[in-house]
Amino acid sequence: MSSTLDRRTFLTRAGLTLAIVATPSSLKVLAMGPAATAADVFSPGPWLQITPDNQVTILLCKSEMGQGIHTAIPMIVADELEADWSQVKTEMAPVEAEYADPVHHMHATFGSQSIRHLYQPLRKLGAAGREILVEAAANKWNVAASQCEAIQGKVHHKSSGRSFSYGELVEEASSLPVPENPRLKDKSEFKLMGTPVARRDLPAKVSGEAKFGLDTFVPGMLYGVVARPPAYGAKLTSYDEQAAKKVNGVRHVVEFDRGIGICADTIDAAWKGREALNAQWGPGVEPGLSTASMDKYLADALDMSALEARNDPGVPAALRQASKRVHATYFLPYLSHAIMEPMNATAHVQADRCETWSPSQSPSGVQQVAARITGLKPEQIQVHTPYLGGGYGGRGATDGVHEAVSLSKATGKPIKVIWTREEDIKYEAFRPGYGHRIDASLDKTGKVTAWSHRVAGSIVHGRGRTPPFVDSGAVSGLRDLQYDIPNIKVDYIWVNKPIPVRPWRSPSGSHNGFTVESFMDELAHAANQDPVEFRLKHLQHAPRAQRVVELAAEKSGWGKPLTGAEGRGIATYYTDEAYVAAVAEVSVDRKTGVIDIHRIVCSVDGGPIINPDTAEAQIAGALVMGLSAALKEKVEFADGGVKSANFSDYHTLRMSQAPNIEVHFVDSDAKIGGLGEPSLPLAAPSVTNAIFAATGARIRRLPLTPERVLEALSRV
Amino acid sequence: MAQSITLKINGQSHTVEVEPDVPLLWVIREYLQMTGTKFGCGIAQCGACTVHVDGQPMRSCQLQVSRAVGREITTIEGIREDHPIKQAWIDIQVPQCGYCQSGQIMSAVALVDKNSNPSEEEIIQAMDGNLCRCGTYTRIKQAIYQAAEEVRNS
Repeated sequence: MSSTLDRRTFLTRAGLTLAIVATPSSLKVLAMGPAATAADVFSPGPWLQITPDNQVTILLCKSEMGQGIHTAIPMIVADELEADWSQVKTEMAPVEAEYADPVHHMHATFGSQSIRHLYQPLRKLGAAGREILVEAAANKWNVAASQCEAIQGKVHHKSSGRSFSYGELVEEASSLPVPENPRLKDKSEFKLMGTPVARRDLPAKVSGEAKFGLDTFVPGMLYGVVARPPAYGAKLTSYDEQAAKKVNGVRHVVEFDRGIGICADTIDAAWKGREALNAQWGPGVEPGLSTASMDKYLADALDMSALEARNDPGVPAALRQASKRVHATYFLPYLSHAIMEPMNATAHVQADRCETWSPSQSPSGVQQVAARITGLKPEQIQVHTPYLGGGYGGRGATDGVHEAVSLSKATGKPIKVIWTREEDIKYEAFRPGYGHRIDASLDKTGKVTAWSHRVAGSIVHGRGRTPPFVDSGAVSGLRDLQYDIPNIKVDYIWVNKPIPVRPWRSPSGSHNGFTVESFMDELAHAANQDPVEFRLKHLQHAPRAQRVVELAAEKSGWGKPLTGAEGRGIATYYTDEAYVAAVAEVSVDRKTGVIDIHRIVCSVDGGPIINPDTAEAQIAGALVMGLSAALKEKVEFADGGVKSANFSDYHTLRMSQAPNIEVHFVDSDAKIGGLGEPSLPLAAPSVTNAIFAATGARIRRLPLTPERVLEALSRV
Repeated sequence: MAQSITLKINGQSHTVEVEPDVPLLWVIREYLQMTGTKFGCGIAQCGACTVHVDGQPMRSCQLQVSRAVGREITTIEGIREDHPIKQAWIDIQVPQCGYCQSGQIMSAVALVDKNSNPSEEEIIQAMDGNLCRCGTYTRIKQAIYQAAEEVRNS
């Protein structure tokens, strides 16, 4: 949008986008038609096309995994464009550079970045389209553009009452230059943004028609399943290829870098073939790896040599001169993403092209993997991204695509790979377990003068770099601690274990929210101060942070008597350019150790809100996921591999334990922030701080199982 | 050995060649390509595969296809669009990723068709076997209350 498109570029773009259409709803590949001519499409930028039939098409570089982005993106464009919402449709963009996220240049959805990266470009795109359409109408009427106005899909000539629909202006508009700095609407002119627009994907998700990755069918496809090592790094010792091939319906047995693939006519035949294969494996690279060995390792790691993430020179002196020293150690377990749609992918490799269908957060990553395995060029890989049955960081993984493409290349057939739940838990990359040790000093007035923090965990943001190095997934939220503390030291200890790890919703906040906000509570009590007042005193440079703390306190009735619940706990956090705070109200059954969370009141300042209804859903949903981790989740290891198998032993939160959640947004014109992750870090510490308020028991290890709660109560 | 098995799903007959011990879920999804019914766990722990068999909610991952013969099977596609539960799911904007929602809706339909004035405890009892990783539980409850009211008033 920063430059005027020349006609040749424009034609190329129009032709490409019309030839390849992959929508989450239809999964259809349209037949290659003749390249569009300029008269057929008005496209002021790659993501937007208007056609003579008045259809406004918005091409998406973001995956829909529940966050409502396939509604928010068109809302922004359509609002600035003054489009008729009923004439707007969306399609996944081809995985090509010109359609990519303008900041990280990928087709990828992570880090609560979609709106942060796209808000301004999308507004500018819509506004440019509106200005050109107005100019096109003015030209056709031979009047001044200032006499014309765009309203809901039409341009009107004010004095004469004449109007053109956008479709009627396509030919004229496509001959005009794209303005570099179109006038954006004032907030008061918004018609869609800031209103609770119904999500466009929900009718199909309620009728059952929505197509997720697992719902892909390609003519002639076979089902692929893979036998993989039970322990990390275990080597294959034997398998019975003939026995597998004897199973009715089994067509191919393929040994490849991920294990042994069985390709069969039906999914049940593939599973029977895998059983008959009777693959045998040697020991893993760390045969003694277990839950207990990892718990011990994380504890021991806190005394191992560390990498410096931040080291303010005044820390040792401030700690020495403390009026009071406070220290604590915290531990968090490995977590599964436990995505409801198990890992799956479909691929069809042919001589000169490859098509993939996968529920991926990273279509760019899918394209790269498929290109590497097939030896084809990225532009020969056509990536389809249907709806994702959940993502949470886990669906950036490309294992399913790796397997489907490998098996399709080996067999020449389209292959649909399906992981069972057991495979999805056993072979996924987890949120690392973490160990934290914090040592801090208070002065006479109860101000924190130094904060020294050691964190041990594996690297989640390691793409392409050789460890050891300081992982931002471990130290974000620590080295940039939001509190006014003059001396901060952060040390990172790299945990080098064979357990694969990757980002999990709020990668750093999911553990640092717990440790920082638990410890702030411990410091407040050590200083004999109210936890809300104590936080406000240490946030004086950050008025937006203060505002959310005050709002959560006010809306929850902080300081007032409780009804029903026994204790309140507060937590606040800043991540993804959004400020959040929450107050949890809990009671604790002294006999069983069961925690009842009565209510969570959450406040948010994430700047302007595109869709308040989906924004509320994201904030509440991330809190529920955080509560699930806080109360229930822990991956178990045994014999050098994963012991956890299914939802029968990897428990996630059910309705019976989900509290009522109230979300309050600050009316804010600050820079727009992300909303998919920021509230998650609040869940665990707001609850553990409330447990402390209710019982005097401080719990420093997650999850909050009844046994652990009872043990903590017994120490009070 | 594969057998010819005829199933009655959403009022229509479907005949498939399938081994009799294959769970109904996979026959509905992969053989008949009726994909509204979802696979989540395979061991009746998540509820994503919930269908109605003779009017009762059941986990289709646990029912061998041969045992579904002669029974009335209803899937998400067989619940009418204007059913108060489906309407409420849209009104309240319940789904996020949506993957578990077919199962949630099938459990909720079975509840309100039987009980048009469920208490919170009854809702939890009916719905606690359905996992949602996106955390839509509060909206599910709201939608069930709304749908139940709609049933009572109609």
